[in-house]
Amino acid sequence: MREVAILGIGMTRFGELWDRSFRELGIEAGFQALVDARLSSRDLGALFLGNMASGSLIEQEHIAPLLMDYAGLAGHHLPAIRIEAGEASGAVALHQGYLAVASGAYDFVVVGGAEKLTDVPDVTANRITGATADQEWESVFGATLPGLWALIARRHMYEHGTTREQIAQVPVQAHEMGSKNPNAHYRNRITLEQVLGAPPVAEPLGMLDCAPLSDGAAAVVLGPLDRARKFTDTPVAIRASVVTSDTMALHHRGDLTRLDSTIVAAKRAFGQARKTASDVNVVELHDAYSISALLALEDLGFVGKGGAGTAFAEGRFAMGGTPTVNTSGGLKAQGRPFGAVGVAQVVELVRQLRGQAEGRQVSGAQLALAHSVGGTGATSVVHLLERTN
Amino acid sequence: MSIARFWRETPRRYNLGGCRCTVCTTVYFPPRVVCPTCTTHRQSLGKMEPFQLSGEGTVISYTVIHDPAEGFEMLVPYALTLVKTVEGPVLTAEVVDIDPHEVRIGLKVHATFRKLREEGKAGVIHYGYKFAPAVEVDGAPRPLPLPSPAGEPRAAGRATA
Repeated sequence: MREVAILGIGMTRFGELWDRSFRELGIEAGFQALVDARLSSRDLGALFLGNMASGSLIEQEHIAPLLMDYAGLAGHHLPAIRIEAGEASGAVALHQGYLAVASGAYDFVVVGGAEKLTDVPDVTANRITGATADQEWESVFGATLPGLWALIARRHMYEHGTTREQIAQVPVQAHEMGSKNPNAHYRNRITLEQVLGAPPVAEPLGMLDCAPLSDGAAAVVLGPLDRARKFTDTPVAIRASVVTSDTMALHHRGDLTRLDSTIVAAKRAFGQARKTASDVNVVELHDAYSISALLALEDLGFVGKGGAGTAFAEGRFAMGGTPTVNTSGGLKAQGRPFGAVGVAQVVELVRQLRGQAEGRQVSGAQLALAHSVGGTGATSVVHLLERTN
Repeated sequence: MSIARFWRETPRRYNLGGCRCTVCTTVYFPPRVVCPTCTTHRQSLGKMEPFQLSGEGTVISYTVIHDPAEGFEMLVPYALTLVKTVEGPVLTAEVVDIDPHEVRIGLKVHATFRKLREEGKAGVIHYGYKFAPAVEVDGAPRPLPLPSPAGEPRAAGRATA
């Protein structure tokens, strides 16, 4: 296996983009990444596209060749492959692209993620996105995705003494970060009081604990690290790429206050890269619900079990923290176009490692971690990215 | 959800029909064809036998849902819980016959047969298990038991193989 680098990045603005179509968004992100990498489309080997539910959301399947076609590349007859893993679709697509380049099967590939959630009413989008949980044994009995995460939150409060106020700090920080990100769905700051006073969704979680339904797309170009200098002055190496799985339903887990899929993914990733959690400077982690971020901080090893609520409220993961968490604003503020989020996380981390995250730069960022989750943790993905000097 | 898709799970959703691994005796709900607990799990293939859950359990986590799943709009707010049954399996289910804000971790509950949701005014009505407090709360009566699979009164934890 050869070493793989990220040579180019691109992403659209995230938000309720009613004037823009799925294919427009996908092509914009993809071309940005190709231009950023200074890569000719003639050199392209394949497209791996993360997308959760285009069939239900825009009644269009077979979308990977569709984007290739409208990118003007149909005549190259390249492999165009769609990948689905719920909200982790984009991150799993990155894993597939990584393997494709690492194996030598292709030299240069585009990894994209795209989702169009606002072409259906919110209630429909919630039903479709809720299908990342077990339809037969969770959803049929009244479970929603925020409801399942609320069950995790309640158990975390019960076992570890985590407080509602500590959990509510997560979206406050997310919006603070998002206010500095021009691509973010939400750029307004919010207060702890607003989070606590927001209408309840699934107690203890309220409206401001939940990431929004967004449209958007993101893309990266991958290539062999030993040829990266030809394309960019600041290649970012993928030091580890790990995908894990677990039981589909939350009720089949032994411990409700952790995601074993994330714990194992982090352990394997740090092992692959020969790094530890304390080496990481900047992180983009799964914060679809405020409690998700606290679980991730513990499961990734940045804080001991049960300690995330206290540490977060003390500001340990704010700008300049150890590590700094979700400078993009996370899924909460940057936005949550399901299949795109895993790629968008990596776009933000590459900006950080290149020193291009204007207004929200973590100084001296050298090692970054991206963490993506599908459903309630039936899929977890961890990538470790390093600046190469 | 199509009629057939819901109907084929009726024995599980109406009667809590699970299964037990005859190699290691672990009980599962819903039934599985292979045992994830057995270290050589292929050994359990073809050796899973039907097993009836008693419907007795304890709430191990809960939430009150205000933004409902589709088809549950009429129930808002409702208590969605995880119930650990005495036989071991944990189920995602609503707890009823109690103020949803009174549900707590540790509450003893008993399965009860209820309407789950309607698919619109002319669509399929889904029935299945919910749970209710196993002891009287505010004078409320004990819940109706689940219908028996064979029309006979059901003993707790009895294998039906």
